Amino acid sequence: MSLMHASAEPARLPTSTGRVMAWLLLATLPGIATLAWYFGWGVLTNVLAATAFAVALEALVLKLRGRSPTATLSDNSALVTGVLLGVSLPPGSSWWLILVGVVAAIVIAKQLFGGLGHNPFNPAMVGYALLLVAFPLPMTQWAAPHGLFGPEATTLPDALRLLAGLTDPLALDGMSGATPLDAFKHKPEAVMASEFWASSPLPEGTMNAWHSVSLAWLVGGALLLYKRLIGWHIPVAMLGAMAVIAALLYGVDPSHYGSPLFHLLGGAAIFGAFFIATDPVSAATSRKGKLYYGAGVGVLVMLIRTTGAYPDAVAFAVLLMNFAVPFIDYYTQPRTYGHHAPTRGIKVKRLEDETEEPR
Amino acid sequence: MAKAFDFPGGIHPPQRKTLSTRTPLIQAALPTRVVLPMDQHIGTPAEPCVEVGQRVRTGERVALAQGLISADVHASITGTVTAIEERPVPHPSQGKRLCVVIEREPDGDDEWCLMPPLDWRQADDDTLLERLMHSGVVGLGGAGFPSQIKARVRELHAIDTLLVNAAECEPYITADDLTLRTYADDVLEGARLFARLCRAERILIGIEDNKPEAIDTLKQAIDNVVTRDTQSEPPFELKVIATRYPSGGEKQLIKRLLNREVPSHGLPADVGVLCHNPGTLRAALRAVRDGEPLISRIVTLTGEALDHPGNVEARLGTSMHELLTAAGLKEHELARLVMGGPMMGMALDSTALPLVKKSNCLIAATERELPAPPPEQPCIRCGACEQVCPASLLPQQLYWFSKSREHDKAELFNLFDCIECGACNYVCPSHIPLVQYYQAAKGEIRERRHEAHKAEHARHRFEFRQARLAREAAEKEAKRQARAQAASRVATRTAQPSREAAQGEDAAAAKEQVKQLRIAQAAAKAALRKAEKALARASEAGEADQDDLDDLELQVATAQENLRATEARLAAAQQAEQQGETRR
Repeated sequence: MSLMHASAEPARLPTSTGRVMAWLLLATLPGIATLAWYFGWGVLTNVLAATAFAVALEALVLKLRGRSPTATLSDNSALVTGVLLGVSLPPGSSWWLILVGVVAAIVIAKQLFGGLGHNPFNPAMVGYALLLVAFPLPMTQWAAPHGLFGPEATTLPDALRLLAGLTDPLALDGMSGATPLDAFKHKPEAVMASEFWASSPLPEGTMNAWHSVSLAWLVGGALLLYKRLIGWHIPVAMLGAMAVIAALLYGVDPSHYGSPLFHLLGGAAIFGAFFIATDPVSAATSRKGKLYYGAGVGVLVMLIRTTGAYPDAVAFAVLLMNFAVPFIDYYTQPRTYGHHAPTRGIKVKRLEDETEEPR
Repeated sequence: MAKAFDFPGGIHPPQRKTLSTRTPLIQAALPTRVVLPMDQHIGTPAEPCVEVGQRVRTGERVALAQGLISADVHASITGTVTAIEERPVPHPSQGKRLCVVIEREPDGDDEWCLMPPLDWRQADDDTLLERLMHSGVVGLGGAGFPSQIKARVRELHAIDTLLVNAAECEPYITADDLTLRTYADDVLEGARLFARLCRAERILIGIEDNKPEAIDTLKQAIDNVVTRDTQSEPPFELKVIATRYPSGGEKQLIKRLLNREVPSHGLPADVGVLCHNPGTLRAALRAVRDGEPLISRIVTLTGEALDHPGNVEARLGTSMHELLTAAGLKEHELARLVMGGPMMGMALDSTALPLVKKSNCLIAATERELPAPPPEQPCIRCGACEQVCPASLLPQQLYWFSKSREHDKAELFNLFDCIECGACNYVCPSHIPLVQYYQAAKGEIRERRHEAHKAEHARHRFEFRQARLAREAAEKEAKRQARAQAASRVATRTAQPSREAAQGEDAAAAKEQVKQLRIAQAAAKAALRKAEKALARASEAGEADQDDLDDLELQVATAQENLRATEARLAAAQQAEQQGETRR
C-alpha cells in the first residue's frame, strides 16, 4: 500500500497516462510541421481528419461497451493513434481512406481487444498495413515536395477537396510521385545506383525533403528520450540493426543496394524507431527484451526492403515483432534478486510423481 | 544489471523526516488503561496467563508464547486486569483480536516486577536465550519477528556479520534516528550482545546519510567503546550510504553493504548475516542488563495534522488517540491515519487502537499531505515500474498475471521475491495499486497451497488406514493358511498318488509367488527407508512445522504396515513352498 505517489512531486517524467500521451503528441509536432512544410496542406488535413475520426470512434465504441467516454478519452491515447496514422498516410488522402484506417486501428486493433493497454498490436500500424494491402494505389501516391505556399503547391481548398474525395489525386499535377524508397525499389536491374540517381527519378527536392523530415522526427524522438517517455533500447537497437545490415549490403554491392544513410533517412525508419516501435503496450517489456525487439524490427525492415514487395516496411516489421513479444518476454526476464540465473521461458509444472528420485 | 554493492532501481520520495526530528525524544504520559493484543508479533498468538480481576505489576507476564514462533506479552502498567476479550487492533484485516486490558488507578504507583539483572559477558548462552525468550522482545522495525529465534540462528547457520539496520529508508519515520541519537551506547552494547550470541566476527551498522546527528552520535559512541574496551571484539564498522528507498529493506541493505544476495526464499542467515533494528538491540539489552521485559517502545508521531510532531517512548497498549492528542492532534484536519511508513505501512480506520510492538510510526496526515490516489487507469506497460524495482522483477508482467489469476505464471516470474516495497506503485503513471494485486495473488496462492497440503495429509491418512487393513488381512490369511496346511499334512499321509501331478504344478506356482513377494518386500523396504530419510531430513532441518512432521511420521507408519503385510504374505508363501517340497 503506497500512499505516496510520484504525481504529487515535481519530476521530469510525466506521472499520469494522459500527460504521457500529451507529451508524446507534443513530440510529434516538429515532424508534422516539417512534413507539412515540404508536402503541403494534405499532411495537416490527414492528421486532423484522422484524430477527429479516432476520438469520435473511440467515444462511440466506449459508449457501446458501456464505459464512460470522457474518463477514458482523457488518457489522450486515441489522439496519439490518430496522429500517428494521419502522418503515415500519403498527404491529401480522402476521408474514406482515413476512416477505414482509423476503424481498423481504433475499433478493431484497440477496442475489440479490450482498449488501451490490451492491444497486442500497434493500432496505428494495423490501420496502415490494412490500407496498404487493401488500397495499394492511393497508398503509394506520395505528394511531390512543393511546400505549403510554393507556386506549384496544393492550395488549402485543393487539399480540402482531396479530403472530401472530390478531386482524383492522380489528376492533380503536384500529386504525382513516389517515395525515394519506392523509386529505388523499382529501379531497373540493369541500371547502376549512381546512374539511377543521376537520372533524377524523383521530383526535385524529394530527397532533401525526406532527410529533413527524418531529422525532424529525430528532434521529437530526442524530446521523448529526454522526458524519459521511451528508453533508448528500442530506437538504438532498431536503427543500429538497420545500419549494420545496410552497411554490409552496401559494402558488398554499392551499385544495387542503398547506403545506410539512405535507409535511415530516406523513409520512415526514424519515425518508426522513436514513435512506432516504442509503443510500450505492444513492445517487449524487459530492457534486454527491448533490445531484441528493436533489433528484430530493424532486421525485418531491411529484409522486407531488400527482398520483399514493399518499399518501406516499418509497419509490417513492427506488426511481425508484436507477434514475437510474448515469446521475447518469456525469454528475457532479468535475473531476480536472490536467484542464480534468470528464469527462461515458461516451464511446465511437473507432477510430484515425476520429480521423485528414481529408486 | 545488478551492480556490485548496490541494488537496482529504487526511488527518492520526499523525506518529510524533519517534521519529527526537531524535538528530542520524550517520555509519554503513563496511561491509565492499556490494551495488550496477543498477536503483536509474527507467528502464533500468545495465550493469556492471567485472570480478570487479577492485579499485575509493570513487567509481569500476562500471556505466554505458544509454539515455536511466538513471544510473551507483559503488563506495561501496574493495575488490575479488567477484561480479556476481543478488541479492535491495528491489523491489515482491521479485525478484532484477543487482548488483555489492564486499568490503573489514576494516582496508582508504577510498581515494577523485574527479572534479575544479568551481565551478558559473564552469563552463558542458554541463560541469555532463556532471558530473551521470557522478555517478549520482537523486531521493533515493523516486522515483529521474535528476537530469541534470531538469537538461536547459530544452531543452524554460521554468521560472520551482525548487521544493524539503521537505514530507516521510509519517509516520515524517525524512531531509529532518535533512538540512536539518544541511546547510541545501549544500541551498540545490544549489538555486542547479539554478536556474541551468534558469534559474528564484526558488527556492521548501515545508515542513510539523511541522519547526520545520529551518525555523529554513533561515531562518538563507537570511539568511546573502543577506548573503554581495548580488546573491543568484534570490531564495529559504520557505513553511511546515500539515501534511496528501499535501502532499509533487509535484502537490499545486505546487497549494498556486503554485496551478498540472500537466496530466493532464504534468510539473511543463509549468507552469514544477522539483521537487527537498533530499537530491538536496545530492547534486548535492557531485557538482559536491567531485567526489563519489552513493555514500551519508541514511536514517531508525525504528520501535518499534529501540532507537536516528535518521537515519544510510550508504554505498549497505550491508546493511539491518547498519544496523538498529547502531540496536538487537529482532528478536523486528520484525513488519514497510517501505522508504519507511507510506502509499506497500513492505513487505520480509527485512532481508538492500541500501540503495539510493531508500531514504529503513526502518521496523522492531512488530505493535502497524503491525498487519495487518483482512479486506476489501464496499464500501458510503460516500464516505469521495472526501472525502479529493487528486486529486478517485471512488475507489469506480475500485474497482468495477478489480475488474470494466472498464478503459475506469476510464480514463474518470481512473485514471491517481491518485497512489497511499493516503489512500483509510487511511479506508476496509471496509478495502479500494484502491490495490492501482488498481495492478493500471494494470498490466493498460499491459500491454495494450504488446501493442497491438507488434501495431501488426508490422502496419507487414508493410505495408512488402507495399509493397516491390508496388513491385518494378510496376517489373518497367513494364519488361516498355516492352519489349513497343518490339517492337510495329516490328510496327505493318506492321500492317493494320483494327486502328485497337481502338486507339482502347485509347487511351481508357489515358487513364482515367493519370488514376486520377495521383490515386493524389497520395494516395501526401500519405501520405508525413503520415508524414514524424509522424516529425518525434515526434523534435522527444524523448519517443518508439527503438522508436516506428523504427516511424515504417518507416511513412515504406512510404509511399515506395507512391509509387515508383505512379510506376512511372504512367510505364508514360503511355508507353503517348503511344505510342497517336503511332500514330494
